[in-house]
Amino acid sequence: MLDQPVARSATQLPLAVAGLCFRAGGSTLINELDLILTDHGITVVMGPNGAGKSLLVRLLHGLIEPQSGSIDWNGKGCGQHTRLRQAMVFQKPVLLRRSVAANVDFVLRLKGIADRERLEQLLAQANLLAKADQPARALSGGEQQRLALARALASDPDVLFLDEPTASLDPSSTQTIETAIAEASGRGVKIVLVTHDAGQARRLANDVVFIHRGAVIEHAGADGFFKQPASMAARDYLAGKLVI
Amino acid sequence: MQDFAEAFRLAFGLVAAMDANLVEIIGLSLRVSLTAVLVAAVLGMPLGALLATVRFPGRRAVVIVVNALMGLPPVVVGLLVYMALSNAGPLGFLQFLYTPAAMIIAQSILITPIVAALTRQIIEEMNFEYAEQFASLSVPWHTRIIALISDARYALLTVLLAGFGRAIAEVGAVIIVGGNIAHLTRVMTTAIALETSKGDLALALALGIVLLVIALLVNAAVMSLRAGAERRAHA
Ligand SMILES: Nc1ncnc2c1ncn2[C@@H]1O[C@H](COP(=O)(O)OP(=O)(O)O)[C@@H](O)[C@H]1O
Ligand SMILES: [Mg+2]
Repeated sequence: MLDQPVARSATQLPLAVAGLCFRAGGSTLINELDLILTDHGITVVMGPNGAGKSLLVRLLHGLIEPQSGSIDWNGKGCGQHTRLRQAMVFQKPVLLRRSVAANVDFVLRLKGIADRERLEQLLAQANLLAKADQPARALSGGEQQRLALARALASDPDVLFLDEPTASLDPSSTQTIETAIAEASGRGVKIVLVTHDAGQARRLANDVVFIHRGAVIEHAGADGFFKQPASMAARDYLAGKLVI
Repeated sequence: MQDFAEAFRLAFGLVAAMDANLVEIIGLSLRVSLTAVLVAAVLGMPLGALLATVRFPGRRAVVIVVNALMGLPPVVVGLLVYMALSNAGPLGFLQFLYTPAAMIIAQSILITPIVAALTRQIIEEMNFEYAEQFASLSVPWHTRIIALISDARYALLTVLLAGFGRAIAEVGAVIIVGGNIAHLTRVMTTAIALETSKGDLALALALGIVLLVIALLVNAAVMSLRAGAERRAHA
């Protein structure tokens, strides 16, 4: 799985975020956030509900604009041009009102790589080949999220964001998704995964970014983070305590 | 009572025999209203899709105007089209007054705002739902519009049916610009209005029955479209 050269995302890494602020509704939701990502592999973003994890990945993906601070993907800034080589799986998948296959095909055509074989390979990996012709929106929650991931991978991204992709999914769908994430990472796709699931974080993370009240409290290698979190907030969070 | 029963008997007789006069009137009605729907689709759907997806100064004002035009009274449309097409009017040279073309123009004006306003509403809702996903995928503007219209196809078909239902049933506009001329501009609604006042209840009733059946068919088509959409998880 890991024997291919890991060179592709050299175009987008490193990511440098400095002094990032996002305000809405009169409150500062992302507050002077700094973050540097240099390594490939899987970066897991953790933190209590409402900490700003979803806002952060939206900002990094260029879907929303910060009021101040900077996001820089390898000297190219952040916007439409960087987003072109990125993909995102949202917490609640938005599937087109078409068949399963047509949802993936839409992206393949968009990227000018429409190809029957690739389509079938993506559906097979999502374990959806048998449902290729079914309406996408009639799928179960787990199937829908698997399809959303297959569709994201169809664009052959350098960076893949996933915002709690397995929240409230059945274990078998979760496993299919985790396998696909690991496989993509093995091919050199940079993964930024938001998750609530500490078990999932332990299984997948190379490094962990812990967010609290719109700022990065801790950024550490996964082993170190889970063995001995440096911050009180992360310690409490991992211990299952309420972090306010 | 005797007369009414007799009128009903004659009316069903006309329908059953496919009376030539009756068929001619129905044919013209369908031709005029279906053409008007086509015009409304060609003009109203892109306008609605545009209003739903593109932000420009004055957009809200246009939306309000288009919504208000949905309630245009047919007689007012008839009057305005009459004035435009009459010999003294700006379009008098076309010599369209009292021809099917004039009726098509009037009905198109009547239902284009309906098609545009409902299309805008449908596409806007779907666009809101798709917006972030499309932004993430960097879907270009024209692909976005085509995808929205294609994914909204069931709802948009029901919009066209609603427009057709309104066109085929209206009388105020076509009677003014068409004039109910036998074999030329006589359609179902104008014939009903006129034959009734002349006392020929049988023909009026026969046309009324056909009009009702068309209304029922349109509603049935809308319902089966909805059911089809639901079956395909299209909602
Ligand atoms: N557009 C918005 N306007 C106002 N408040 C928002 C907006 N988006 C998110 N928030 C608030 O910002 C905080 C962080 O949101 P989010 O990033 O979704 O948190 P999470 O870490 O759970 O993903 C929450 O309190 C949320 O209610
Ligand atoms: Mg979130």
